[in-house]
Amino acid sequence: MAGKTLYDKLWDAHVVRQEEDGTALIYIDRQLLHEVTSPQAFEGLRLAHRKPWRVETNLATCDHNVPTTELKGGPETIEDPVSRTQVITLGKNAQEFGITEFGMGDPRQGIVHVVGPEEGATLPGMTVVCGDSHTATHGALGALAHGIGTSEVEHVMATQCLIQKKMKNMLIKIDGKLQAGVTPKDVVLAIIGKIGTAGGTGCAMEFGGQVFRDMSVEGRMTVCNMAIEAGARVGLVGVDEKTVEYVKGRPFAPKGEMWDLAVEAWKDLHSDDDAKFDIVVEMDGSTIEPQVSWGTSPEMVLDINGMVPNPDKETDPVKANGIRRALDYMGLKADMPVKDIPVEYVFIGSCTNSRIEDLRAAASVLKGKKISDKVELAIAVPGSGLVKQQAEQEGLDKIFIEAGFEWRNPGCSMCLAMNADRLPAGKHCASTSNRNFEGRQGAGGRTHLVSPEMAAAAAVAGHFVDVRDYL
Amino acid sequence: MDKFVKLTAIVAPMDRANVDTDAIIPKQFLKSIKRSGFGPNLFDEWRYEDVGQPDADNSGRPLRKDFVLNQPRYQGAKILLTRENFGCGSSREHAPWALKDYGFDVIISPSYADIFFNNSFKNGILPIILDDKTVDELFQEVYASEGYQLTVDLDAQQIIKPNGEAIAFEVDSFRRHCLLHGLDDIGLTLQHQNDIKSYEEKRKQQAPWLFA
Ligand code: SF4
Repeated sequence: MAGKTLYDKLWDAHVVRQEEDGTALIYIDRQLLHEVTSPQAFEGLRLAHRKPWRVETNLATCDHNVPTTELKGGPETIEDPVSRTQVITLGKNAQEFGITEFGMGDPRQGIVHVVGPEEGATLPGMTVVCGDSHTATHGALGALAHGIGTSEVEHVMATQCLIQKKMKNMLIKIDGKLQAGVTPKDVVLAIIGKIGTAGGTGCAMEFGGQVFRDMSVEGRMTVCNMAIEAGARVGLVGVDEKTVEYVKGRPFAPKGEMWDLAVEAWKDLHSDDDAKFDIVVEMDGSTIEPQVSWGTSPEMVLDINGMVPNPDKETDPVKANGIRRALDYMGLKADMPVKDIPVEYVFIGSCTNSRIEDLRAAASVLKGKKISDKVELAIAVPGSGLVKQQAEQEGLDKIFIEAGFEWRNPGCSMCLAMNADRLPAGKHCASTSNRNFEGRQGAGGRTHLVSPEMAAAAAVAGHFVDVRDYL
Repeated sequence: MDKFVKLTAIVAPMDRANVDTDAIIPKQFLKSIKRSGFGPNLFDEWRYEDVGQPDADNSGRPLRKDFVLNQPRYQGAKILLTRENFGCGSSREHAPWALKDYGFDVIISPSYADIFFNNSFKNGILPIILDDKTVDELFQEVYASEGYQLTVDLDAQQIIKPNGEAIAFEVDSFRRHCLLHGLDDIGLTLQHQNDIKSYEEKRKQQAPWLFA
């Protein structure tokens, strides 16, 4: 019998029952909640007089709508009425149903996908759901993590189960050693550039090979975070000693005897050597260059030394049209060097790149330098209150501020501009976030997805540059 | 979800075809964080002289006297009689939420838009399909006698008129089962609660730290 993939193992361990057509009830170990996708789910429970099945498996925090400038007080001080209502409602719902919430001003508050792993609330071997597509992030710990819709949020709260069909197994195998200055963000952008935004549709996407073994757990989170941008609802990395080391001692992690039992069980959380994948994509890590997205889809990405594509050289008319539209929206010329793209805004943050290692990496580039006077606004937004505290203990805030950055409070911020942080129309932004769709960071805004190091270097230069020249 | 077995109630005639979901509940109400409380804004533009706002008090708003739901003889109606392609337009689930919250449990029409049709069942509303001729006759009878009531019997799959005459209707057997027993997706899953509980018992042995 062929071995099992990590996904097979996680799936098998969570099947409550399976129908003949393959539809299964999957048991959920942890649900994370935030203010945008939960209100109607709570409302549904109330209307049906239902209670959460295991209330302690839910954990809530507010992130999309919270201000990142200095807090004037609690949620009632948020200016936008819709944002204010959503944040206040989450607090009320959490209280009514007895769910732990990290609210505004709590040092543990932050972006839901930063908070979960940081608290040890998402653990290897768990099934994790959240009403948010970037839930794939948690797969970096060897957890099976799905993004779900609001009616599913309610379903999981009420039944502890999700209705699912099993996906296909896909392996992205990258061996070799990354060059200095090439980061997990560059790796995942390069993957998306290669397989496209639908490359992983219908698959659980496991990342394997030396590059991921060498990568830190936070780096693996950056990669899994963007599995969804490659079409996969689920990203995964097998558990190793680094994973165990990362989880150890975190507030929600098991303790004492339980810890030993858990670690023993987690040893099996990797794909067997003879496991069979439906799709395998191999890449050579040593050839990956720092990446910059030029267009309006994450697959429109280039090496830093590349040229913006020319639609006239594209033979597929649909693609050529896509290129033309993107060039127009982004205000770029065909064949221009990526390095000539100006940078007017810089955003370091989001659930992709707002952890302590990301801030350290950006600060190491910024240290002793000033941002270009062509840059109108550069903001650094830590992923959680605890990341912010840690960064301040290390003096990173000073490096950012001295370089000319604004040092903000935690939240989703300019990743999707639901709060007051918006990218103005026509401006180019070097952004460490995950989506460069039209209007994502603000109506008419022009997003370029990059690593924290590349964002910092672009801030200093006022246009995109090869961070390797700054090391 | 509430059960639906049998109901006798006043019928409100909405003599229009292609009633779309934006008419059922206008778009400004989608910003809400709720799925209840849409009843006062059902058919907002047709019902009131002014423009409704989310979270505003609707009690003092000027009513359009000629609109069917504002007429005294149709107060308390739980059955909506209407024309073809009811619920077309955007897929908003707010439309059945609003109809249900207002008090409608049954809709009778020659046809419905697909998504709306499905959303109705999910929210405990029974959308009945009858042929044009039968619908026409019902309209005439409703107009002719004030206080006109129908009995809708889902178990027997028939509508009974005040004169005792019965009209049979078709309904998908799975949908019927769900409505009769008050089962939504959650309700269905909860039918397997013993499976969930035995899974938990087994899992507690294997991974006790997940239950600590
Ligand atoms: S940081 Fe951006 S992508 Fe991540 S959860 Fe917030 S809005 Fe979504």
